[in-house]
Amino acid sequence: MSNLDSKKPVITKRRRFLSVMAQSVGLSALGGMVWTGYIEEAKSAPLILRPPGAKPETDFLRMCIKCGQCAEACPFDTLLMAKPGDNKPMGTPYFIPRDVPCYMCTDIPCVPVCPTGALDEESVSSVVEGEKVLDINKSKMGLAVVDEESCIAFWGIQCDACYRACPLMDKAIVLEYKRNKRTGKHALLIPKVMSEACTGCGLCERACVTQKAAIFVLPHEIAQGKIGGHYIKGWDPDDEKRLNDVSVDVTTRTKRSELVPQDYLNSDEVLFDE
Amino acid sequence: MSNFLKKYRFLMLRRVSQIGIMALYFSANAYGFNVLTGTLSSSLLFGTIPLSDPFAVAQMFSAGALLGADVLVGALIVLLFYVSIGGRAFCSWVCPINMITDLANWLRRVLLLDKTEKRVWLGRGVRYWVIILSLILSAFTSVAAFEIISPISMLHRGIVFGMGMGFAAVLSIFLFDLFAVKNGWCGHICPLGGFYSVASKLSIIRVKHNQPNCTLCMKCKDVCPEKQILSFIGKESGDVRSGECTNCGRCIEVCDDDALHFGIRNYINKNG
Repeated sequence: MSNLDSKKPVITKRRRFLSVMAQSVGLSALGGMVWTGYIEEAKSAPLILRPPGAKPETDFLRMCIKCGQCAEACPFDTLLMAKPGDNKPMGTPYFIPRDVPCYMCTDIPCVPVCPTGALDEESVSSVVEGEKVLDINKSKMGLAVVDEESCIAFWGIQCDACYRACPLMDKAIVLEYKRNKRTGKHALLIPKVMSEACTGCGLCERACVTQKAAIFVLPHEIAQGKIGGHYIKGWDPDDEKRLNDVSVDVTTRTKRSELVPQDYLNSDEVLFDE
Repeated sequence: MSNFLKKYRFLMLRRVSQIGIMALYFSANAYGFNVLTGTLSSSLLFGTIPLSDPFAVAQMFSAGALLGADVLVGALIVLLFYVSIGGRAFCSWVCPINMITDLANWLRRVLLLDKTEKRVWLGRGVRYWVIILSLILSAFTSVAAFEIISPISMLHRGIVFGMGMGFAAVLSIFLFDLFAVKNGWCGHICPLGGFYSVASKLSIIRVKHNQPNCTLCMKCKDVCPEKQILSFIGKESGDVRSGECTNCGRCIEVCDDDALHFGIRNYINKNG
């Protein structure tokens, strides 16, 4: 009752301003959450191959302005711009090698036209006699991977379609000769991808004769693992030098158990603790 | 006939400009006619002059990108043009979405929807919050946040490279503008329009009002996509000072009394 008795509360201009601001912040929070959710989902589409010279994916998504000048410059219509419904980060360039691979133009028309530097000219240039020249062989669009089970070369059939399609024949794809145990007198000509040289152009994937390509290009993050710094090749004097930089005083931070092993190893109490 | 031309002179010029720009982009990709390559996000004019979307660049900065010189120069050229001369002309002379929302708006008038529908609350200030939100979210997600969902980009990229499901976005804007909120997208939500409204507040080209000629027929307010900016009509002469004016010139065309015209902003005497 006291509320009704007392004077009507004064709605000042300041109060009105603050509550309108608060209302807008509240709406923005909800909208922002939905919006962020969409962006994070869209960003995490990992199976996407970028044009030559593309920065690592996180930086690429930051820098690409989605103008499509790379796609326009591509003479083979390799590069596509992700459309709504493609389930790729919208408006960014990518390619599907089985449809149209990258034909590795030596003048790389798609890279210098990039206005933002999302396609980095430096990463596909090398210095020849003091002069900077474009070098498509340095590009790292992805890495070709062979599925041994669907590759007919592993059956003993001579195919080498991918090997011959590779623009870096004998560097990016080599043929390994192995004895064909089934016949006992023939050789298997096994395609093997050398990750250092492979550019991920996808000409091998395009050339593969199987119904669904047995050799296919994957983005590096998916195709490759990572050993981690704590493994050192003891047989390699150079690699072992890394030990010299390691600080010697290694301390154990977890508290050691004060029990004697016999006390707990024979009981199952610890197993069912808590 | 000449009356018709006079009545729709700016509208026709705008359509020529909007369609012409899209045709240039399209033919650069489709036929290699390289006058204007790229899309509205970033393009190259005559193979030399870079032009970029300054709002996209602002978001990319917020996302933490270190950008190349071309895109920065391009954004600066575009920004300087609108800030000093054009005002918010991007929205009504360049942006392809404008044709969609204009169509919705025209249908609204034909179907008398304004008179019958239930009012939905949506402030015209929403767009400024969307600007703030896109900059904040760009920083959080490391991606230009509005660019990745922008129906404007979906449409102009769609025209050049193929629409895909982009038509759904365009259709939903059309339906939203037609049935939900009058000028809902361009006049309330679109942060790019909001960005140009703020940026080009002091541009030179302005719509001017000559009050003694005005007969208070209110045709200009009927047709204006941002009619809050015309609140002074019939009360005093002067410039339309709000940056929210898109310089579309529709008010000038529909005025039968010669009370509105394009002119140079009077920076000194505010009642010019």
